Amino acid sequence: MITLTFVYILAGLTFALFAGLGFMDRSNPKRFGNAAFWGLLALSMLAGDYLGDFGNGLLVLALVAIAGAGQIGRAPGGEVPAEVQAERAVRYGNFLLLVALIIPAVALAGTFLFKWVPGLADPNQATLISLALGVLAALAVGMARLRSPLMLPAQQGRRLLDAVGWAAVLPQMLASLGAVFALAGVGEVVGGLIGTAIPQGSLFGAVLAFGLGMALFTMVMGNAFAAFPVMMAAVGLPLLIKQYHGDPAVVAAIGMLAGFCGTLMTPMAANFNLVPAALLELKSPYGVIRAQIGTAVPLLAVNIVFIWLFAF
Amino acid sequence: MLVLIGIAIIIAGFLLRFNPLLVIMASALATGLAAGLDVQAIVAAFGKAFNDTRYVSIIWIVLPVIGLLEAYGLQQHARRLIDRMKGATLGRLLTSYLLLRQVMSAVGLTSVAGHAQTVRPLVAPMAEAAAEAKNDALTDDQREEVKAFAAATDNVGLFFGEDIFLAIGSILLMKGLLEGYGYVIEPLHFSMWAIPTAIAAFLIHGFRLRRLERRMTGKEASA
Repeated sequence: MITLTFVYILAGLTFALFAGLGFMDRSNPKRFGNAAFWGLLALSMLAGDYLGDFGNGLLVLALVAIAGAGQIGRAPGGEVPAEVQAERAVRYGNFLLLVALIIPAVALAGTFLFKWVPGLADPNQATLISLALGVLAALAVGMARLRSPLMLPAQQGRRLLDAVGWAAVLPQMLASLGAVFALAGVGEVVGGLIGTAIPQGSLFGAVLAFGLGMALFTMVMGNAFAAFPVMMAAVGLPLLIKQYHGDPAVVAAIGMLAGFCGTLMTPMAANFNLVPAALLELKSPYGVIRAQIGTAVPLLAVNIVFIWLFAF
Repeated sequence: MLVLIGIAIIIAGFLLRFNPLLVIMASALATGLAAGLDVQAIVAAFGKAFNDTRYVSIIWIVLPVIGLLEAYGLQQHARRLIDRMKGATLGRLLTSYLLLRQVMSAVGLTSVAGHAQTVRPLVAPMAEAAAEAKNDALTDDQREEVKAFAAATDNVGLFFGEDIFLAIGSILLMKGLLEGYGYVIEPLHFSMWAIPTAIAAFLIHGFRLRRLERRMTGKEASA
């Protein structure tokens, strides 16, 4: 049976390859830092379960030290010239599109297959496992037809990852910070503060505090999942559901979506907001957030009104 | 109260533009110390969480495929496709992607598309080409905005589609949490109540995409 371990091994080997190629790239003055950073990430993927909690913690400290000392950088150039790309685009055209669509197609097919036919792969991780299989399939088909040099995908992939840089592990780092916050009881303290700030006797005031609290706390934590239990315990449950008899399904479902509006507006949700800015090589890391605020703010207002209308 | 120091460090650190990885580590240490943990326990807790959330970072395995296809001209091809489709305006293109992403997410196919898988190789270059088709004097800033909107559209589509799916993590979290308080609710009820917001998100973001198109093609924008 295929489990997530298979995906971690694949990711570990990919990062190890990036580290090795980075180490050999003499055009990059920061090649040692890059190699160490991706190498440690490869170690984490391959052997994280055997390092122990403290060992993994030291690994993270090393990653932070490399990034914090500014030892990660990208070599200039390395991309295929635009004219060559344009020439090849005419020649290979729709085949490229086909290969690009292999990944989502396999992810889709595998998700259903692994859920319906038990025993092939861990059904709880069906999509991630299928995504990895899709990557392998796309590489095999693409490299065979394009007759690309063996190392070209790894070299170009490394170039793209170097452009993202340390931001590549930012989402994982923030998720881990959330775990430390939970351990320290940050949520309870924030919930208590918000709970005391609500005017007594106003239904709309309570709904407003709940919706805004979900969005604001999500912005701080970078994740609506972290904000939800806190805001439900502080406002949703005692006030909206118990005191004003709101429908718990509406309060929970739309409250969560109010939190998602917060996700659109915060750099703490790095994988959605900062990573794409790096991937698209935008000048400002906050470009994506700026594009989203105009949707998030009115939608948050709509969500607050929806809770008020539908729950009571 | 003292544990809130971690939040203050995060906000200050981001505002002062220190390296975010350093800021996160400092915040974790300060929060842990304020809660009475010793340094070794904090490092171990952080390490455990880092190891448990490795799945967040496996998306990068798609980069070799994207790198290969881009080296052979995928972005140029995506642009040429848009050039050939006369009806493909920036607004229509991104609105179609928004709808597609919402519908796919609503049936649980959240990882099928994404910033690495679809936005960088396909949606962003297509959006750029669609904007260029109507405005040959596109400035760098406008180009940036079009690309940023391509990524934003992916996020909006994902966030306000996925909660309609019954088995998504957030629905399971809601169900579990409310059950702990004694309210047993079928996942279907949560899914149903995600639909009004999904429609509102489509209307609001779709409207903004139309305005984006006007800004990118209008005369006042290129002045």
